[in-house]
Amino acid sequence: MISVVDYGVCNLGSMLNMLRKIGVPAQLVSTPAELSLAKKIILPGVGAFDNGMRALTERGLAEALRSKVAHGETPLLGVCLGMQMLGRGSEEGALRGLGLIDADAHRFRFAPESRLKVPHMGWSHLDRLHECALLRDLENESRFYFCHSYHLVCDSPHDVLANAGYGGGFVAMVHHKNVFGVQFHPEKSHRFGMALLHNFARM
Amino acid sequence: MLHTRVIPCLLMRNQGLVKTVKFKDSRYIGDPINAVRIFNEKEVDELMFLDIGNSGKSVSPDFELLSDIASEAFMPFAYGGGVTNIDQVKRLYAVGVEKVVLNTAAAERPHLVSEAARLAGSSGVIVSVDVRRNWRGRHSVHVASGTKDLKRDPAEYACEMERLGAGEILLNSIDRDGTKSGYDLELIERVCKAVSIPVVASGGAAGLSDLRQAADAGASGLAAGSMFVYHGKHDAVLITYPEYDQLERLFK
Repeated sequence: MISVVDYGVCNLGSMLNMLRKIGVPAQLVSTPAELSLAKKIILPGVGAFDNGMRALTERGLAEALRSKVAHGETPLLGVCLGMQMLGRGSEEGALRGLGLIDADAHRFRFAPESRLKVPHMGWSHLDRLHECALLRDLENESRFYFCHSYHLVCDSPHDVLANAGYGGGFVAMVHHKNVFGVQFHPEKSHRFGMALLHNFARM
Repeated sequence: MLHTRVIPCLLMRNQGLVKTVKFKDSRYIGDPINAVRIFNEKEVDELMFLDIGNSGKSVSPDFELLSDIASEAFMPFAYGGGVTNIDQVKRLYAVGVEKVVLNTAAAERPHLVSEAARLAGSSGVIVSVDVRRNWRGRHSVHVASGTKDLKRDPAEYACEMERLGAGEILLNSIDRDGTKSGYDLELIERVCKAVSIPVVASGGAAGLSDLRQAADAGASGLAAGSMFVYHGKHDAVLITYPEYDQLERLFK
């Protein structure tokens, strides 16, 4: 059973639709008490960093996530903004992140003459840097859908599981102990995303 | 990034899939859910649904149908048509729509663009800028399924929508819709230069070379209808999408 954190700021329909499609039981959790019973957690997220952190904090979920994940073995997968909130903070906002990964979110910056637009919206391959159960049996040509204006920058290269490219490389996946993060949307990435979510479900 | 997104744009009316020419003469071409299944199998980059029976009217989106469609869409999925208030926007996100397309409402109630962007982030809000050339060849923005001329310049209008919080512009050429005469490249180039958010070009695509030309003109996404639902010179209904390696070669 995967517990998807519902903190009132984002689209959970897509995630639930895909988990249903691949036959993985899932439930929404929205209170610290429910979260404390979770076996595996997905933290989705879209929108502004402070909005997300404020919503998590107001519901007591930020603290619950920290104690559940940092002092335990429960696997946590942050998706998109959910991944950025795993870090210490973001250029996008003033609030502190969950601090589960030593990293900060930076905005994409390109030269004015560059034709690259922000947000980065589109599909990318992954440049895998480490082996990980989350990437097990994923084809090399797997592609994933990204939609973001900020990206994590990690202190330690060991925490970076994979990079992707947009006007240079950026961190697409992080992993530190039982904490995982993906900048892309596996729930919107066809069979490639299904394979990745399957791997997470099997952890 | 791999390549410029190639996006089938499907039109709906009375729960059926239709295709128009110049925003008129809609022809029934099939069942929307069936089409989503086929596009899923073809692993399209993204999918866009516009309910044109709804646009410009105050009929609420068909949430039940959209919920069915979204539950089959394992790619980014955008919806537009009949969206007039923030509660509808909320409900659309809740059923699994990633991006809400605003057209008439964006012009009449610009604060809706900002409200929606606050709710889901800019990337969840597309403003559709439907453009027709007037008798002097000048571009002008239209709303309400192309029936109402705002007499606004598309580049300036798109910039305003960006400021309000739109994360993407769907740039529709009404004159090219369904004509398979190629995108309006001049329009694309002008609007892409003016805004810093992604622009999805739409209207006129007939083949791969059109896609390439619009990408070269600056488009970040390439939408097409006829190209993906019609086949052959007699426009037989056949849902197609280019092979992935074809697209990779095209944008190299």
